[in-house]
Amino acid sequence: MTRIHVRTLAAVLSVALAASLAAPRTAPAQGGPIKIGLLAPLTGAAAALGKDMLNGTELYLDGIGSQVSGRKIELIVEDTEGNTATALTKARKLVEQDQVHVLTGGLLASTGYALHPLAEAQRIPTTYPVMSSDDLTQRKPAKWVVRTGWNSSQSMHVFGDWVAKTLKYRKIVTIGLDYAFGWESVGGFQRTFEESGGQIIQKIWTPLNTNDFAPFVTQIKREADAVFAVFFGRAALQFVKQYETAGLKGRVPLLGNGTTTDESVLPQMGDEALGIMTALHYSAALDNPANQKFARAFEAKAGKIPSYYAETCYTNARWIVEAVKAIGGRVEDREALLTALRRVELKDFPRGPVGIDRWGNPVQNIYIRRVEKVGGKLQNSVIATFPAVSQFWRYDPDEYLKQPLYTRDHPPCPHC
Amino acid sequence: MTDGATGASLRPPTVRSGLAAPATTVDRKVVAGFVALAGAGALAPVLPAYPLTLLTQAAIIAVLAMSLDVLLGYTGLPSLGHAAYFGIAAYTVAILATERQIGLAGCLVAALLLATATAAVFGVLAIRATGTYFLMITLALGMVVWGLAFRWVSMTKGDNGIAGVPRPELGLPWSLAAPLPFFYFALGAAALAWGAMGVLVRSPFGLGLKGIRESESRMRALGYNVWLHKYLAFVISGFFAAFAGVLWAYYNGFVGPADVQLVTSVETLLMVALGGPGTLAGSAFGAVAIVFLKNFVSVYTKRWLLILGAVYIGVILFAPRGVLGAFSREPRGAP
Repeated sequence: MTRIHVRTLAAVLSVALAASLAAPRTAPAQGGPIKIGLLAPLTGAAAALGKDMLNGTELYLDGIGSQVSGRKIELIVEDTEGNTATALTKARKLVEQDQVHVLTGGLLASTGYALHPLAEAQRIPTTYPVMSSDDLTQRKPAKWVVRTGWNSSQSMHVFGDWVAKTLKYRKIVTIGLDYAFGWESVGGFQRTFEESGGQIIQKIWTPLNTNDFAPFVTQIKREADAVFAVFFGRAALQFVKQYETAGLKGRVPLLGNGTTTDESVLPQMGDEALGIMTALHYSAALDNPANQKFARAFEAKAGKIPSYYAETCYTNARWIVEAVKAIGGRVEDREALLTALRRVELKDFPRGPVGIDRWGNPVQNIYIRRVEKVGGKLQNSVIATFPAVSQFWRYDPDEYLKQPLYTRDHPPCPHC
Repeated sequence: MTDGATGASLRPPTVRSGLAAPATTVDRKVVAGFVALAGAGALAPVLPAYPLTLLTQAAIIAVLAMSLDVLLGYTGLPSLGHAAYFGIAAYTVAILATERQIGLAGCLVAALLLATATAAVFGVLAIRATGTYFLMITLALGMVVWGLAFRWVSMTKGDNGIAGVPRPELGLPWSLAAPLPFFYFALGAAALAWGAMGVLVRSPFGLGLKGIRESESRMRALGYNVWLHKYLAFVISGFFAAFAGVLWAYYNGFVGPADVQLVTSVETLLMVALGGPGTLAGSAFGAVAIVFLKNFVSVYTKRWLLILGAVYIGVILFAPRGVLGAFSREPRGAP
């Protein structure tokens, strides 16, 4: 008896499998919806960031009635679990099964490097609002990838120089995530900081899955003038908390890259975050009209202040829509869409005016921010603005590109 | 394939007696396997791109599942560290192909050698234990390899993983960079591995393994070198897992710590359990089913893990010997 049941079950399963296999190929007919495939970490440790990414994207698309050039926009979202292998599988699904016209999203800089060969092989116009892998707009320029966000070292070049010249710190310890994003952020900071007279006296790398930072915090050399930290998401919350617990807050000032105090984690932080200075191309506290409008709308939708993840995905959605508009909605012409994506330059994004360089990276304002409490809530108050910063800072691009990519061992650490 | 518990105690488990009774069942499964292979091969050119991608993935993962089945289903050793050999091979290919531009033959040999050597070392440590202890030791050894992948940054690039592994050049008129030729490449390789493992488990050595699974002490009493049988099964199983790892590195173009982690080992174990331990075709079926469930169900619902869980529970309740095990007529004594 049991055997018969199982056979029936197996038969049903195989029919279902065959049916799903034979699902008709959706014809990319002119006039059908414009499909945007969004990769976001909706489950796992980075789920909160993924939620911000999705909300930001939806906020813009809803605002224009999900329509452009007379065609509907269809947003297809896939969960990457914050994991590169999953992101690759889901990207294949979006391109091959859903036949999206634009691929976008993604979280980790390392995923950026892994996704890029796929974008090239599939010849699919791809935008990176979050993945900040330096080399994709530098030594390994990606034809099919346009960056609508930032690259890891862009804001750090500014910050390293500013910390040395304005804060006049001389000895700094860096601590950061042990993968591409951490290396490139620390590398950018170290280069300009040391060129402006500072010294990095110790570099600490923490694995991406670290839950307890105490063993790392206790290693920090106490003679440092300041500590420079590169974290995001849960790790940022945990590190800043443990920095205070270890009694370092107030004794050694804490600096960081932008994501360390990003609004994706700031609402969950307490007074331990007060005074941390960071640099990024966005702050929810920017007082330009575009940002105020965006921040209000985002709070109404998501019930929290917008993070950089939200802003960059909102801007990214608008970026794609502007490019589609420029080619009259003919997204089937991939080359034309790619060219249009590389030409979008607008002055009124929430983060400020944005241009694009010939490597496909945004040229944009970099803001130096300090965590302050305003009206009982923490915010990243902007204390200095550097306009129109390129990924090459003040270096000559050709000279810059002769240097190797920032990694765990480059630049070397002569004062460690 | 196994004699009932009482029958076996009366008769010495010679090679003859093992082969005689269930021959028809074996043949049916082999035929079903060939039909599935031929069907997939014939269907491939008309399939849309995405199902083809998934079929390629399924063919490779099926090799991994079958390799574990040699250990779990035929020898009765549940390993929780099987992703280690898969991962070592995948990393070897990725490193050699991206940093030294070494071709398929070189990568294949190096990857198989390195991973099999690792299995040979791990086997010495693990084979002394059985049951839960074996599970724990293989788990620990698997974690060691994962730790290396994750923390040996100068070699493995740590959590970044290694991207941009090029598809192999075979000097054929079809480039393996295209999905269809690569699918046939993977399918051919999987068929080869299936055939080799099939011959192995039907050989006197394979029957010896089954005897050990059913009763180790009896096999020892009969003069079998139980330790050596188990050890060789462990190493061979690692070898085929490595073979799957080589294919995987070329298929995915990316190798990262996720390929070596515990979840991958556990998933493989579940595939074997789902399809039916002790039947190579069953493990392959389990692998295909899970690859498709995972990737198709997740399109329709965010709660796909729930559905996967329900499928596992369903199989345990209604077909405790796995889906293909339920088709099998052969009786099986409680392990």
